[in-house]
Amino acid sequence: MPKIIKNGQLIDDDTRILILDESQAPEELTLAAGPVFVPFAVWQAHSGQLSGRADLGVWLDSHEDVAELVPDLDRIAAIALNFPKFTDGRAYSAAALLRTRYGFKGEIRAIGDVLRDQFFFMQRCGFDTIQPKAGKYSDAQLEEALASLKDFSTPYQAAVDQPEPLFRRAQRAA
Amino acid sequence: MYRYDPYDQKIVDERVAQFRDQTRRYLAGELTDEEFRPLRLQNGLYIQRHAPMLRVAVPYGLLSSTQVRKMAHIARTYDKGYAHITTRQNVQFNWPELKLVPEILAELATVEMHAIQTSGACIRNITSDPFAGVAGDEQIDPRPWGEILRQWSTFHPEFAFLPRKFKIAINGAKEDRAVIQCHDIGLELKRDAAGEIGFRVLVGGGMGRTPVIGAEISAFVPWQHIITYCEAILRVYNRHGRRDNLYKARIKILVKALGIDEFRRQVEEEWVFGKNGPNTLTEAEVARVAGHFTTPAYETLPADDAGYLSQHAANPAFAAWTRRNVLAHKVPGYAVVVVSLKDPSRAPGDVTDAQLDLVADWADAYSFGEIRATHEQNLVLADVKQSELFALWEKARAANLATPTFGLLTDMICCPGGDFCSLANAKSIPIANAIQARFDDLDYLYDIGDIELNISGCMNSCGHHHVGHIGVLGVDKNGEEWYQVSLGGSQGNHTSIGKVIGRSFAAAEMPDVVSKIINVYLAQRQDGERFIETVRRTGLDPFKLGVYGEAAVKERKQNA
Repeated sequence: MPKIIKNGQLIDDDTRILILDESQAPEELTLAAGPVFVPFAVWQAHSGQLSGRADLGVWLDSHEDVAELVPDLDRIAAIALNFPKFTDGRAYSAAALLRTRYGFKGEIRAIGDVLRDQFFFMQRCGFDTIQPKAGKYSDAQLEEALASLKDFSTPYQAAVDQPEPLFRRAQRAA
Repeated sequence: MYRYDPYDQKIVDERVAQFRDQTRRYLAGELTDEEFRPLRLQNGLYIQRHAPMLRVAVPYGLLSSTQVRKMAHIARTYDKGYAHITTRQNVQFNWPELKLVPEILAELATVEMHAIQTSGACIRNITSDPFAGVAGDEQIDPRPWGEILRQWSTFHPEFAFLPRKFKIAINGAKEDRAVIQCHDIGLELKRDAAGEIGFRVLVGGGMGRTPVIGAEISAFVPWQHIITYCEAILRVYNRHGRRDNLYKARIKILVKALGIDEFRRQVEEEWVFGKNGPNTLTEAEVARVAGHFTTPAYETLPADDAGYLSQHAANPAFAAWTRRNVLAHKVPGYAVVVVSLKDPSRAPGDVTDAQLDLVADWADAYSFGEIRATHEQNLVLADVKQSELFALWEKARAANLATPTFGLLTDMICCPGGDFCSLANAKSIPIANAIQARFDDLDYLYDIGDIELNISGCMNSCGHHHVGHIGVLGVDKNGEEWYQVSLGGSQGNHTSIGKVIGRSFAAAEMPDVVSKIINVYLAQRQDGERFIETVRRTGLDPFKLGVYGEAAVKERKQNA
């Protein structure tokens, strides 16, 4: 089974990420059983019937606004935020907003072009789950990549993982 | 100046370890070129024409003699014996070997230096007034605020992959010496009616392909809130800045598209959530950082040193140097010295390892062990006693560091250009050197007076050509190098963007073109008028006439 990172550990996970092709209308889709992240458009079309499914999450692309999910947040177990390219940094703000402004306590998963040298930033912005693309890393490489979560031990600024900046956390000598 | 505590040191040490591992994985083929690119850029490492180029951060331009000696050591050991001062007050090494860069960073970390965020689509090195703390017109010292914002922006997890680079500058004096109107965020320190410190905040300025003067987003943000306010600006930009087109990705394009009022509304709406939150600055933190920028132990001295005055009277070459390169200091008996890096035999801003060692020695002997780098690509010794100026000058002159041209035509800003930079369309250094060779008569330069000539080898505008009184921009025309000339740009409180005067020129024409421009100025100027004032008064027409001739101007007008 594929491995992902959850709360700093490797775990097995076979959640599918449903990607619609152009011919599929979200309204007409029938979902197979099993853990899955559905696109925001599918959630919008079927939220009545999908809500409450514990094995179902919603994924947003980087241009989609997390604010639109706010009315549904208490019915969603997990949200995945897509990095279409690892240089597209919008999902960092989206994750931070979900955690701090909208109080989302469920899983926030990084999907898409997810690389180990960004793990540290993802974790700081509130991602608790990290799923690199299938085949990007071997299990051994992913194990090794856990080290990147600990690149910096004492960051300066406040973020989701550390809500106080260093100048409030530590007594720094003048 | 700011000294690292164990927290600062650990972050820099951990960065060295991180980049060492990233470089190892890149060289082992585990990271692709594309994946490694932003990692190395956020560590100031470019892959250039001949070799990688490493840009080392000099936060707000301040260096200790120990740091300058380390730069000399790096230039000697890992490079070809010289370094380059950039227009963001940073230091560049042009020839390091990629596999040795982690070693260089480890060496830099031992003297509290790094290359963090000197490039890449993130918050860059924060720049400021090179005369901070010593200028007579200073209202509030910008350096503690530069350090506070440096720490906040270092590895900010939300803003490491912005749509594009992001530059912040701070000024705390009456005259702006940090080009704050041409920055993504420009901060002007000021006091409100109650005497409280805060910031006037400009946003969306910049040079580059689309030069824009920043717009005022807030007339006054109290100091406690400056981090949360900047975070609100950055978050709006990170979420809504364009990512589809590299040339339209800077915040200035977003601000233009929304209009400053709508952009301000969005920022204020965002700020509601961060304001008064944990990132609100505390008096204790500001006091802690400000405590590093204390006034040095100045002696009580007469305003005019008798020995200095007699040396000045007796030695015309010394007098010439003091006239240009020695500036007033706020403390009686002291002076600010510009150590010129504009010797015509070198590229503007270049400095050798031996010269760096000497400057470090002079800093220890004459200036409390500190050196500043300026965005105009010179070094500054900010606290020299008048009585020691002559001794310093003799040493500086012997080391070719006393070119007495500060603020004159040949004290130009010049990017590394096509000789080094892979982004460049054209070379800049040979143009600079050719103009320096043409204007080698000091009396003539003094007669021309204050003038700023800035040269960029491409649209990215590292050479600040948009704000040069005379701006030169290298352009590519069918694979050939040409140079476009603009006039009327300026930095400072009256920042303006220069206007192109007409068709561009071949490299060989450039000294003549500058001569013609200067001749028009000398013919047109009225009593005591500086070059830029004449250009503002007359407009471009007399200059176009002087450069292109009557027939060409007429023809151009007919075709227009």
